[in-house]
Amino acid sequence: MADVKSQVSLTRPNSKLREQAIKVSLMASSMIAVLVTIGIVFSLAVEALRFFSEVNVFDFLFGSEWSPQTAMRADQVASKGAFGALPLLAGTFLISIIALMVAAPFGIYSAVYLAEYASSKRRAVLKPALEILAGVPTVVYGFFAAIVIAPAIRGWGQAIGLDIASESALAAGLVMGVMIIPLVSSISDDVITAVPSALREGSVGLGATKSETIRRVVLPAALPGIAGGLMLAASRAVGETMIVVMAAGLAANLTFNPLEAVTTVTVQIVMLLTGDQEFDSTKTLAAFALGLALFVITLVFNIIGNMIVNRFKEAYD
Amino acid sequence: MTDNIHPLTRAALPGLTQRYASEKRFRLIGLSAVVLSLSFLVFLIGGIAFRGMGAFVQTEMQIEVSAETVENHTGSSFALMRKISLENFEASARSERRLSVSMVGEGADEDLENALADLGSFSGTARVWVRASDDIDVAWKADLDPEMMTTLRPKQVEWLQALANEDRLRTSFNTGFFTNGDSREAERAGIGGAFVGSLLTLSVCLLLSFAVGILAAIYLEEFAVKNKFTAFLEVNINNLATVPSIIFGLLGLAVFLNVFGLPRSSSLVGGMVLALMTLPTIIIASRVSLQAVPPSIREAALGLGATRVQAVFHHVLPLALPGMLTGTILGMARALGETAPLLMIGMVAFIADVPGGFTDPATALPVQVYLWSDIPERAFAEKTSGAILVLLVFLLLMNLTAIIMRKKLEKKW
Repeated sequence: MADVKSQVSLTRPNSKLREQAIKVSLMASSMIAVLVTIGIVFSLAVEALRFFSEVNVFDFLFGSEWSPQTAMRADQVASKGAFGALPLLAGTFLISIIALMVAAPFGIYSAVYLAEYASSKRRAVLKPALEILAGVPTVVYGFFAAIVIAPAIRGWGQAIGLDIASESALAAGLVMGVMIIPLVSSISDDVITAVPSALREGSVGLGATKSETIRRVVLPAALPGIAGGLMLAASRAVGETMIVVMAAGLAANLTFNPLEAVTTVTVQIVMLLTGDQEFDSTKTLAAFALGLALFVITLVFNIIGNMIVNRFKEAYD
Repeated sequence: MTDNIHPLTRAALPGLTQRYASEKRFRLIGLSAVVLSLSFLVFLIGGIAFRGMGAFVQTEMQIEVSAETVENHTGSSFALMRKISLENFEASARSERRLSVSMVGEGADEDLENALADLGSFSGTARVWVRASDDIDVAWKADLDPEMMTTLRPKQVEWLQALANEDRLRTSFNTGFFTNGDSREAERAGIGGAFVGSLLTLSVCLLLSFAVGILAAIYLEEFAVKNKFTAFLEVNINNLATVPSIIFGLLGLAVFLNVFGLPRSSSLVGGMVLALMTLPTIIIASRVSLQAVPPSIREAALGLGATRVQAVFHHVLPLALPGMLTGTILGMARALGETAPLLMIGMVAFIADVPGGFTDPATALPVQVYLWSDIPERAFAEKTSGAILVLLVFLLLMNLTAIIMRKKLEKKW
């Protein structure tokens, strides 16, 4: 603590160094996000490649038989057909399509109401309330689907003489649909609000009622954006795990009948990795191959969805 | 609206009445879409609350203890409890003896021991309350609904009816549900272990994702030069936010467990995986709140001679912090409810002990829900719903905190 002058001259170069250090650590932090992506791609790709050295890629992608349990026997490790992922992909898409068929009408109509009709006061209450649906943990939806929805659907089926599996794709899909309603609704809401009011005013000026304006002018104009939003919702549905683990089936079943039990990519990843087994077995490697497929599918859906939504918003800017 | 239309207008526009009717219909469809979605939410939470409330209480039965039996008994309180149940429920055949013993629940011997200690010395007979078995618990909570007594033998139903008629059954608050670890016996199983596991996991997650997330956001928003690399970083972070959570679990399994050799099933690895998952959310929220700080603040600080680092850390960051914290709380709420990535790194094993540290095997609340939901015993269905209720209460508290914070601390420029 001598005199002030030397203090100043001493701290100056020092603080410059400190600022440099801070900037470097800031940059390093943002690089972690890139490292995570690289980590995901590499860990999935490396394990998947090891899997593909044992099982042919085409057998994996287009094989219609999935029975990883039989591959436990040493003489069957590379047996053809045991790791055919086609039924899993079909099951995943079946459940996702059911989910979208629930989420699309509810989400889009909610968005229309919130964006065009609701007073700002009502909107301020209803919009966050809808968002709660997205905040409920998926394990809760899964539990609810398994103990309430699935038995109810089965009961209704029996009442009209239909034989519905207790782990039907329908039950899992319906509940998953409810979960993604807020996602569809908030993207559609954004898109509908982005449609310029000149279009609406033109239509109303020509004598159309509000609903006619919405149906004939606003929604057609917003359609590409809404379609992009549905892609994003589909990506969420494909990657969803807990609902299907708890409410969908375990056995691979190549069918498009929503009343039967199907299994999904995520269910199989969980099944392959939650038992006790060696890490290097073909079974665990198969889980990483499935993970890679899942990553690629959701990434493609997201990129396309985001591209459409962004292009749509720019078109009216 | 339809009534005060001029007759001439009506004549000039045929079909106007129908058009207005369809206008009303359309509006109603929109409203009902919102209302139906919300009623599903009510149905969901209501249904689970209805099923789960029972988990917070447990059934106790009053049994008669004679002073003679207690005085003559040598050995464990477990054996004493056996003897007393045999006395209480008159069992003649050998098979009935076993039935009588299984009327009282796991841990009833502890209740007996405590009750006797409170009683001190007594003569004749005394009546004490002890825990009932889970089958009795399920039956009593369902008001002795015959459908819920299918697991009980006819003799046990007889005894149960007798107890009920004499008013010797009651429910009391189940503290064990909140403090105990997991157990194969429904009477003993609690969420204490899972709760501590969640707490440890979330603290690791918070520490990592908050620090890294905020620093990354500051870099991108305040220091990064707009070029191709920054654009790539941005796209990267946005895409990372939409990667399915189970993929992060696979990453944790391949990298943290197999490459780094960190302990499997531990809350340390769980927290790290969840941190990676919540990182993009926190970065995006933090960037938004940094953008909301007006440039005049930065310019004023720079104009007075502050360096860029000083301007950001002394002036911009304190103003943006409330928004960042709100985003972080919301990210933590998501991490608390997340199950799938934790299954991948083995936090799904049966763990009876409450974890004592970050490297101990642990589960988390949502994983406990998943584990219990798989058990076919009826008593566990109630426990599962009870655990979900606790989870939902915590999520609600976190979200409310975030909303209140946003309201209170948000500044309008």
